[in-house]
Amino acid sequence: MSASSISVRELGFRYPGEHHDALRGLTIDVNAGERVAVLGPNGSGKTTFVMHLNGLLATQSGEVRIGDTPVVESNLMEVRRRVGAVFQDADDQLFMSSVREDVAFGPANLGVSGAELDELVERTLERVGAAGYADRNPHHLSGGEKRRVAIATVLSMDPDVLILDEPTSGLDPAGRRELIDLLSSLTQTQLIVTHDLPLALQLCNRSVIVSDGRVVADGRTPELLANVELLAEHRLELPLGFDPSRL
Amino acid sequence: MSGAHGSTVSRLFVPGDSRIHRLSPEAKLVAVVAVVVVIAMTPRREIVAFALYALGAWAIIVTTKIGVLTYLKRLSVIIPFVMFALIVPFIGGGESVRVLGVSLSIDGLWATWNILAKAGLGATMSIALSATTPVAQLLHGMTRLKVPRLLVAIIAFMLRYIDVLVEQLGRMRRSMVARGHDPRWMWQLKPIASSAGALFVRSYERGERVHQAMLARGYTGVMPTVSEQRASTKEWLAVLLCPIGAALVLTVAVV
Repeated sequence: MSASSISVRELGFRYPGEHHDALRGLTIDVNAGERVAVLGPNGSGKTTFVMHLNGLLATQSGEVRIGDTPVVESNLMEVRRRVGAVFQDADDQLFMSSVREDVAFGPANLGVSGAELDELVERTLERVGAAGYADRNPHHLSGGEKRRVAIATVLSMDPDVLILDEPTSGLDPAGRRELIDLLSSLTQTQLIVTHDLPLALQLCNRSVIVSDGRVVADGRTPELLANVELLAEHRLELPLGFDPSRL
Repeated sequence: MSGAHGSTVSRLFVPGDSRIHRLSPEAKLVAVVAVVVVIAMTPRREIVAFALYALGAWAIIVTTKIGVLTYLKRLSVIIPFVMFALIVPFIGGGESVRVLGVSLSIDGLWATWNILAKAGLGATMSIALSATTPVAQLLHGMTRLKVPRLLVAIIAFMLRYIDVLVEQLGRMRRSMVARGHDPRWMWQLKPIASSAGALFVRSYERGERVHQAMLARGYTGVMPTVSEQRASTKEWLAVLLCPIGAALVLTVAVV
């Protein structure tokens, strides 16, 4: 497992048929192996931003680099191997009829096959604490299990960067804790898009706040979360009674 | 809440370790299709042939060890067809016989028998296949039989998402009922129609998200093969005995 840096320069994006820019000159640098929380209100452009990182949205203006590799059409296959994206709804991520096929989907597209593929699937499932799930139907897993298997589907491609969109939404407290344990054990560069501020505090030393298509704040998570005015300005709130300084 | 209960399609599989369970899916699939074709070609008056088929079908069901009750429950899917078939003697033309004072068309009676026998035997074969083969295996079998990958992928997605859709529909229905919707008459159907529209839009959006998830993992338009295991010649021979036997019966009956 290795990790890559992420470099995004002046990223701009407008969805076809819209009159408003979703991204307006978003710039951010993430070091290799760093774990960064991307915070921000709904509609601020967080998801649009992370979808650029593995080329699901083509860059309209600005530049995205994973390590030294620019994210452009000719590099898409390499970029998609190196950047694993875990989507918010695990039912979108797990589209095959068994967990084994879902975890195998990415590496099989990269040309891995046979016993090597089987072994990779077993090893990856074990890595996320889902050993023995291979022959189960993804639909029959619990929310937490689905989320961990969804992470396995990208880990099996041996990515350098992990993008996680709202990884804790819809999980029960134990499922959430297991997910936090899993994420903190992974060495890849991680961008975690979330509204779950305690999660950001627990997992990420650094957070950025994206608002109106730009990075409006970038700093150490405890300091950002202690700035109540800043949070309020961008529709972010800590849970009632939660005091980041006492953690 | 979601995902805790069994799905509609995968519930068809009855776990077990019978000889039929252990056969390769592609061999079973080919055998079932071939047997059904032979049965469908059998002239309706060849009662002996049908009796032999029934005997064979019964032997297969017994070998699968799925249980008579399960079998009969599943066989009940043919009831709508049977209901239709039962009407035919009353409306058919030609010569007729009087049974308990009711005039029944002889041709119609044969037609009823034809539908009953063929539907029953065909359904029995499908039950034997679906009860002993997990859906995922069946899809692999289709891939190995060189069914176009795209077609297999479409079937696979349909099977994967049908339960998600049914759940979504269930949630929409509940939310309507929770707000006092209680459809009893035709003109109260409007909300159901519009929820069908909403469901379509949601499914379309999900399709786009799934496609993105596939692209993100290096999908280039061709579904990768995951399992390479193939049916052995011995297995093919064993399985094809069924359609060959049926074809022999048919030939002897007709000649």
